[in-house]
Amino acid sequence: MKIIQTDLLCVGAGLAGERVAIEAADNGFSVICLSIVPARRSHSSAAQGGMQAALGNSAMGEGDSPDVHFADTVKGSDWGCDQEVARLFVDAAPIAMRQMAFWGVPWNRVVPGEQTYYKGGKPFTAFEKPENEGLIHSRNFGGTAKWRTCYTSDGTGHCVLYTLDNRAAQMGVSVIDKVEAIALIHDGDTCMGVIARCLKTGELTAYLAKATLIATGGFGRIYRESTNAVICDGGGLITALDTGVVPLGNMEAVQFHPTGIVPTDILVTEGCRGDGGTLLDKNEYRFMPDYEPEKAELASRDVVSRRMTEHMRKGLGVPSPYGDHLWLDIRHLGEAHIRTKLREVDEICQSFLGVDPVYQLIPVRPTQHYSMGGVRTNKDGAAYGLKGLFSAGEASCWDMHGFNRLGGNSLAETVVAGMIIGGKIVEFLKGAETVIKTASVRDAMDKQNARIADLVACKNGSENPYTVRNAMFDSIMKGAGIFRNGKDLETCVAELQEILGRARRVGLRSSGKGANPELTMALKIEGMVKLALCVAYGALKRTESRGAHTREDFPERNDRDWLTRTLATWADGADLPTLNYEPATHIFEMPPGDRGYGGGKIIPMNG
Amino acid sequence: MGRTLTFNIFRYNPSDPASSPHMDKFTLDETERMTLFIALNRIREEIDPTLMFDFCCRAGICGACAMVINGRPGLACHTKTKEMPAEITLMPLPVFKLVGDLSVDTGTWFRGMYQKVESWVHTDKKFDPKAQEERMDNALAEQIYELDRCIECGCCVGACGTALMREDFLGAVALNRLARFILDPRDQRTEKDYFDIVGTDEGIFGCMGLLACEDVCPKQIPLQEQLGKLRRKMALAAVKNILPKFLKKDF
Ligand SMILES: Cc1cc2nc3c(=O)[nH]c(=O)nc-3n(C[C@H](O)[C@H](O)[C@H](O)COP(=O)(O)OP(=O)(O)OC[C@H]3O[C@@H](n4cnc5c(N)ncnc54)[C@H](O)[C@@H]3O)c2cc1C
Ligand code: SF4
Ligand code: SF4
Ligand code: FES
Repeated sequence: MKIIQTDLLCVGAGLAGERVAIEAADNGFSVICLSIVPARRSHSSAAQGGMQAALGNSAMGEGDSPDVHFADTVKGSDWGCDQEVARLFVDAAPIAMRQMAFWGVPWNRVVPGEQTYYKGGKPFTAFEKPENEGLIHSRNFGGTAKWRTCYTSDGTGHCVLYTLDNRAAQMGVSVIDKVEAIALIHDGDTCMGVIARCLKTGELTAYLAKATLIATGGFGRIYRESTNAVICDGGGLITALDTGVVPLGNMEAVQFHPTGIVPTDILVTEGCRGDGGTLLDKNEYRFMPDYEPEKAELASRDVVSRRMTEHMRKGLGVPSPYGDHLWLDIRHLGEAHIRTKLREVDEICQSFLGVDPVYQLIPVRPTQHYSMGGVRTNKDGAAYGLKGLFSAGEASCWDMHGFNRLGGNSLAETVVAGMIIGGKIVEFLKGAETVIKTASVRDAMDKQNARIADLVACKNGSENPYTVRNAMFDSIMKGAGIFRNGKDLETCVAELQEILGRARRVGLRSSGKGANPELTMALKIEGMVKLALCVAYGALKRTESRGAHTREDFPERNDRDWLTRTLATWADGADLPTLNYEPATHIFEMPPGDRGYGGGKIIPMNG
Repeated sequence: MGRTLTFNIFRYNPSDPASSPHMDKFTLDETERMTLFIALNRIREEIDPTLMFDFCCRAGICGACAMVINGRPGLACHTKTKEMPAEITLMPLPVFKLVGDLSVDTGTWFRGMYQKVESWVHTDKKFDPKAQEERMDNALAEQIYELDRCIECGCCVGACGTALMREDFLGAVALNRLARFILDPRDQRTEKDYFDIVGTDEGIFGCMGLLACEDVCPKQIPLQEQLGKLRRKMALAAVKNILPKFLKKDF
């Protein structure tokens, strides 16, 4: 058995994983990061928009402070977040951005004097103070009272990730790519590392560590239509759920974006609608004003996504080989505007669709975008259930996002959480010694070897893993998509349970040798269906609407009964998760109130 | 539409002793707005589950899906079938170690590259969490970003004659990376430090200047311009290094 040992093992080398790794390496500990792809290809690189921190350097950010950022974040979360964590986050965010600057991020900077900016397709001018020249600039993002989003042109995630990976290399962090963690090594009490499969050779290795971090990003790929990279399939969460003792928090909280392009679900920016783009159905009829007479296409992300789905359910979607979709029309904005102000959208349409948006309609559909749920941790980033296990980034439910995360707050979370949780892990590493039990390591390894042998031999059956995955896609999108109701969720849960049975009977058509991709899928599919069940079952039980979780049959936000966080664990052999609940927050710096957007009635806490 | 596409795909699984390098043929009916990302996934899911290839972002951002498409290195996710002939030949990128079929190990190569050029800010300053950020001119930040846009896809390396011939050649991508740090005032390295890294045949003097790298770069990074600038700078530095100290002041 191949064994590799280190102080800290980060499963995931995106922004969150690497930021934690750097903190530990900086304090003299040995660190290994595992990643499915080279670190710089992690999904963090795809974020173009930017990251929020209340620096208040720009004219439109003037008067901003961590307090304003805090209020925006808590409102955005629909009061579902842990307010203590939101406070830690907003206070540390400015430091984290400056540190990124120090390490080499080429942030856009303030240019003094009169500047032209755009809002709602219209130009306006603002005066940037000469004394702020050269400080970190910020742009506008939805749901914030001030312009607060730090950015590097249209490549924020890319630049920040490359800078962090450079820093990690400098600090001697060892990043091992094309490796996938498939199980945690633990004894029900302490986590001792992971069993991982090499995606170059197929070989299994036991990585042993005093502290293990899950920073594997989102699990959007349990939905067919997702803006997420194809590797965002919840691998890290599956290893946590499989322990039977580590709970996943708020898995039903899934954010959708209205305009993913069809077929590949690449995101086109909200700016299209902000600038005056409209949505059309198969008859090229503009339907949004019928549903939302006031705001039409400019209602919030979740509202527009819901209306689009409703309209397609009436049979008014455009049929295509990839399923139904709607049209986004920006033709009336004109060539000059599209080729300059919406350059990125123009490029995406031309490169990936062969559509020229100046003359043609853009095929779009609502698309899964962000996972608020994840490995539940305390404010130090320590996972519930196992000592020595931590989690950070989109994979975690550290929980500053509650039921809806604001644009720009996720990228910021990765580095801020990385800094804070990294510090806590350093304290942990300085304290206890972990005793590695060889029996636990051997058991974990034997179990994974046996699983692979069974899959290759089709011992449990010969279901095709891709067919099973497609069945899961159909079921979850229908039942636990943007719109939810008791009846559809019940059907969805029942279907997914049946699909789980099939997932347990998959077998390979091929030999499974080497980097075999069929085996990769087969090893993961049962866990993916379990994640889907955590989402659907959690959504069924949560009889209220909060943030991105919308129950048609329970339209009000119910603070009386549901100011809670769902905790899902999975008992060995069960075909449903066990759900428990804890208060959403122990500290109310800001008592529950109206978000000021999104509408909906509220049943008050003491109502 | 209505075409049947034929894919000739390079096959070899180095982990399987029974496998030997060969080409396989697959056919698919073309669908609307089809890209190679869609086509390859369909081949794997519907026809041959063992087919190895890499995609990650499928949006032209991460650089994972570079391969040789009808003889030319490019991003597969970015390639629409409707702009291709009905017969499409796919080969793995050369230079990089083969993982299997169309998948190559770019991670190890690029890590080696950025260790060699020490692709990080060299400074003796310490970060002060209480201090305001050091100022930077926005135009300069944007210039750095222009060079920082490289996605390490490896197309330029795969297209480079010198990289094919000598394993230790750093390639246009490394020289571009260095140019990024030369521009960055946060990096305190001197001209001599930079020269020691690239002033050799492994670096700037190995380049034959045939432009293949810039032609294939999916991010349209001005590689030639950077190569030219570096070559002049490094040639000057080379001269300075052999001249006696007292003469150098005049440069
Ligand atoms: C299109 C798009 C645009 C976005 N734009 C913005 C934006 O402008 N602003 C913003 O704030 N947020 C944005 N987001 C969200 C934000 O990008 C992500 O939430 C964030 O980058 C997640 O970072 P991470 O470090 O947690 O995970 P990731 O960057 O996804 O990294 C996950 C890492 O885990 C590894 N991994 C996964 N599974 C395993 C396994 N089983 N074993 C080993 N390694 C594994 C991967 O290889 C990878 O290295 C956007 C998201 C999308 C999809
Ligand atoms: S110009 Fe230089 S780096 Fe570019 S392909 Fe030619 S030899 Fe290679
Ligand atoms: S320079 Fe261009 S071609 Fe070369 S690796 Fe970077 S993005 Fe790819
Ligand atoms: S898959 Fe990311 S660039 Fe093609």
